Amino acid sequence: MARRYDSRTTIFSPEGRLYQVEYALEAISHAGTAIGILASDGIVLAAERKVTSKLLEQDTSAEKLYTLNDNMICAVAGMTADANILINYARQAAQRYLLTYNEDIPCEQLVRRLCDLKQGYTQHGGLRPFGVSFIYAGYDPQRQFQLYQSNPSGNYGGWKATSVGANNASAQSLLKQDYKEECNLREACGLAVKVLSKTMDSTKLSSEKIEFATVGKTKDGKIYHHLWGADEITVLLEEHGLAKKEDTEAG
Amino acid sequence: MPRILLNLIVHHLHLSSASKMENLLGLTGKDFTIVAASKAAMRGATILKASDDKTRSLNKNTLMAFSGEAGDTVHFAEFVQANIQLYSMRNDTELGPPAVASFVRGELARSLRSKKPYTVNLLLGGYDPITKKPHLFWLDYLASVAPLPYAAHGYAQYYCLSILDKHHHPDIELEQGLKILRMCTDELQRRLPIDFKGMLVKVIDKDGVREIDWDSSKAVKSA
Repeated sequence: MARRYDSRTTIFSPEGRLYQVEYALEAISHAGTAIGILASDGIVLAAERKVTSKLLEQDTSAEKLYTLNDNMICAVAGMTADANILINYARQAAQRYLLTYNEDIPCEQLVRRLCDLKQGYTQHGGLRPFGVSFIYAGYDPQRQFQLYQSNPSGNYGGWKATSVGANNASAQSLLKQDYKEECNLREACGLAVKVLSKTMDSTKLSSEKIEFATVGKTKDGKIYHHLWGADEITVLLEEHGLAKKEDTEAG
Repeated sequence: MPRILLNLIVHHLHLSSASKMENLLGLTGKDFTIVAASKAAMRGATILKASDDKTRSLNKNTLMAFSGEAGDTVHFAEFVQANIQLYSMRNDTELGPPAVASFVRGELARSLRSKKPYTVNLLLGGYDPITKKPHLFWLDYLASVAPLPYAAHGYAQYYCLSILDKHHHPDIELEQGLKILRMCTDELQRRLPIDFKGMLVKVIDKDGVREIDWDSSKAVKSA
């Protein structure tokens, strides 16, 4: 009897809730944290890596940050395998738009396309909804730099700074405290590592434990996005005194 | 394969007779685009209507002028118009002129490879409210597209492009643009053996699309 309202995705419980969607949200709140911060001249996305190992090839296995098209990237919290399906869908949608209109898809439209797909699983059924929340960072000429967040229910919203995943409530309140309107990208990167260092379990960070990406404008007005390499992350961490000391004596 | 080629040749022959008498003209300036279309609706040598509007506004800041096979023209134009308006409704934003041109070209290219392609030639004029730049695109029924500072379809190509070559500059004011257009329409009236019933003239700028009062009643003396 206990499983009466949660074995199918599309049935409301007597309290008017969709249990499968709530379970998906619960699954995400155990995943590594991801945060996004909007600055005046760009956007930064940062994410905590859960799978870390000395044996893991770092540069070839992005776990949480992905490119969607030439002017959009996203951070994932939740089931990476589910995310891959959605990212593939988003990339195809973006390319189809580019083929039809010969210009990049506006950010909100791409977000909405993904959310329409996610919403479908709360209504038309299937085995379970996608267990993924996204933070999207992008640029389009109409609305400039934009930051969005979406969750398994298919809801989305635009944000100045936001977080998903484990400890997202405390990350959110830290962001609320320290976010400054009109901050620049450099300051936003500093805030991002600061927030991550406080919400992650270990106090000292390292490039193996986090992923970093930025969207910005070059001097000649071109939009770039950049997934940071390990050495760039290390430099940023040292700048803010958050890097883990190489433990040579013990080794 | 030869079948398709034959189709194209047949269509080309078809276009070369009546629809060349339909004149479309377009030119851009500093912050505007002018689009003009002849007002005669013709079937063979007969004029059926002297106040035909061969244009459709696709959204607030783009206008499409069309010529070609009767029936095809309005059908295709309104099909495109409906799609562009659907986009505006769904997305709460309007497509810029270059995006509209790419979409229209895509539809023409799709049609060209179908059993009965649209035989429609187009000029697409617009003003981009984001970049604040005027745009003009020349498209033909073979799905070519070219962004141009000034363009023409029909006999206007032969009579007017040389005038435009000589007098057009990209940063002209509207008044100057209309003066150049007057030189073009006068030349058409002077040279063409059939009365095309004057031109319908529309301007697209930051305020959208509007019609310009265009007097075609004055007789133009031959040189």
